[in-house]
Amino acid sequence: MNPIEGTIDSQSKSETAAGVKAGVAAGDEAALHPMFHNPRKLRLFKERFFYGSILLATLCALGFLFYLLFSIGAQGWEHLDMDFINNFPSRKPAQAGFKSAIWGTVWLGGMTLIFSVFFGVGAALYLQELSPKNRFTSSIQVSISTLAGVPSIIYGMLGLGIFVRFMGMGRSVLAGSLTLSLLIIPVIIIASREALKAVPDSMRMASFALGATRWQTVRDHVLPAAVPGIATGVILAMARAMGEAAPLIMLGALTYVAFVPSGPLDPFTAMPIQIFNWTSRPQEAFHDLASTGIIVLLGFLMLCNSVAIFIRLRWGRKL
Amino acid sequence: MTSQLWAKISPWQRWRERMVIRGLAFTAMVSIFTTVGIIFILGEESFQFFSQVSLKEFLFNTRWAPLFEPRSFGIWPLINGTLIIAIGAIIFALPVGLGIAIYTSEYATGWWQKVLKPVLEILAGIPSVVYGFFALTQVTPFLQKIFPNIEVFNALSASIVIAIMILPTIASICDDSLRAIPKTVRDGAYALGTRKSEVTLHIVVPAALSGILASFILAFSRAIGETMAVTLAAGATPQLTANPLVGVQAMTAYIAQVSMGDVAHGTVEYQSIFAVGLVLFLMTLAMNLLSQFIVKRYARKYE
Repeated sequence: MNPIEGTIDSQSKSETAAGVKAGVAAGDEAALHPMFHNPRKLRLFKERFFYGSILLATLCALGFLFYLLFSIGAQGWEHLDMDFINNFPSRKPAQAGFKSAIWGTVWLGGMTLIFSVFFGVGAALYLQELSPKNRFTSSIQVSISTLAGVPSIIYGMLGLGIFVRFMGMGRSVLAGSLTLSLLIIPVIIIASREALKAVPDSMRMASFALGATRWQTVRDHVLPAAVPGIATGVILAMARAMGEAAPLIMLGALTYVAFVPSGPLDPFTAMPIQIFNWTSRPQEAFHDLASTGIIVLLGFLMLCNSVAIFIRLRWGRKL
Repeated sequence: MTSQLWAKISPWQRWRERMVIRGLAFTAMVSIFTTVGIIFILGEESFQFFSQVSLKEFLFNTRWAPLFEPRSFGIWPLINGTLIIAIGAIIFALPVGLGIAIYTSEYATGWWQKVLKPVLEILAGIPSVVYGFFALTQVTPFLQKIFPNIEVFNALSASIVIAIMILPTIASICDDSLRAIPKTVRDGAYALGTRKSEVTLHIVVPAALSGILASFILAFSRAIGETMAVTLAAGATPQLTANPLVGVQAMTAYIAQVSMGDVAHGTVEYQSIFAVGLVLFLMTLAMNLLSQFIVKRYARKYE
């Protein structure tokens, strides 16, 4: 090794970014960062290696996604027929079906949609458009950002304590959908506020200039303009709620239900719960049923997501 | 309120306006009620729990056996179970997630970049019970080929599927914070003759470190709170161990296990799930506050 390189190494180790600048200004090449002294081929190799590894990471994730979908599809495909959709769960795998779970999820979804849209969009309108800035609204903000990070099973404990026991709703569709609503209200508030923020201020100003009150402005102009964004957020939040099993299990919904709920106070089961039930049994035949259930559940969620994408493409960005 | 100085508003209209705003304020208060409700429910039942089990036993005993005699309520085996799964998941997810974020924000271009992000987001949209099923029926049999003495219920398979589950969280937050670094910073580095990977690793990633750290903590808190995959894949044997090849019980899995059984309201087993829930709540709350603090405190502003 020649002596000049030696001095470069020892100097450059102590140099910081500021040192590099000063060194270059002084025309002193010795001050350069060590990374400039790698032989050209090594640097090229490092470049390619880095690119290769991040590409590999991305492809691994994609590959995992497709393998997951493919393996479940392959395992559950043969059971996917009308019997599976029309039969109730059974102890005999050959006769077991998904009917009560599908209808339970439909009931839960409908009622959760009503509660969460009412409270979530209402809160977003208040916080974004109508509220003064004071302690009250900032404490609401703090609680929303706190709630957004609370694990779903803790919402289940809240539902168990308040709706099932304190209010005496029992293990009903009503208690389940209220619990799921609480779970997704923070998500809906955050998404709706983003949508409302995107409505240009000129629209509000024009409405005020014509003598509209705050609420009239919000109701007739701001809210309609923000509906596509809000709808997208609501649908994505609903898809999340429909896939949740943990809070419903906390409510005690993991029971054998062989009927379709006929009212909000009936007991229920739901798709993720039934899948969990089948998965936790040791027999292979029930695992096959679980994978068929997963196909139905994922199909349902993907339908929700494609509706959200469609809304965004069709009505988004018109402002 | 300027508009009201000019417009003629009947008293009826003014009253309606006020009522609507009050009604909407009430809907906004639901979040406060929920927060208070969670703290109240967890606190109240935990209080009853600690009137029967001493706090000393809860925090310093190292055995968790609440459902059979002789009973013992040391929380550490459950915390150990939760942490071994969550740390394992982060070890897998952090490098891969950061790699994906670098790829999508710095390298991928055109339609491929536009398609890649939403496709990877699908991973976050898959329900956790599906991941649990996948861990049990695909990941564990695969691991059994590599480690012949692995148990059927083990922490490693839960870690792997949770890593996949939290990948999109890490990737999308890191992607956003990498994109927030302005082009001028990169151009400055390019002008000095650096290669793209050198710019990324030495300039862009350090500049976005606060966002990367925040995503890491947020993903960790999600991994801690995850229930279904942990319940299905990691088993129900609370123990103090650092071996990921054996079954452990996480805090969430214990809560789910008790609530699935027939435990009567008012018993100490029933109250114990709220005490465990309180610990879980405090852990995730601390993580989330920490990540918010990091973003606020260390985010660099580029003018």
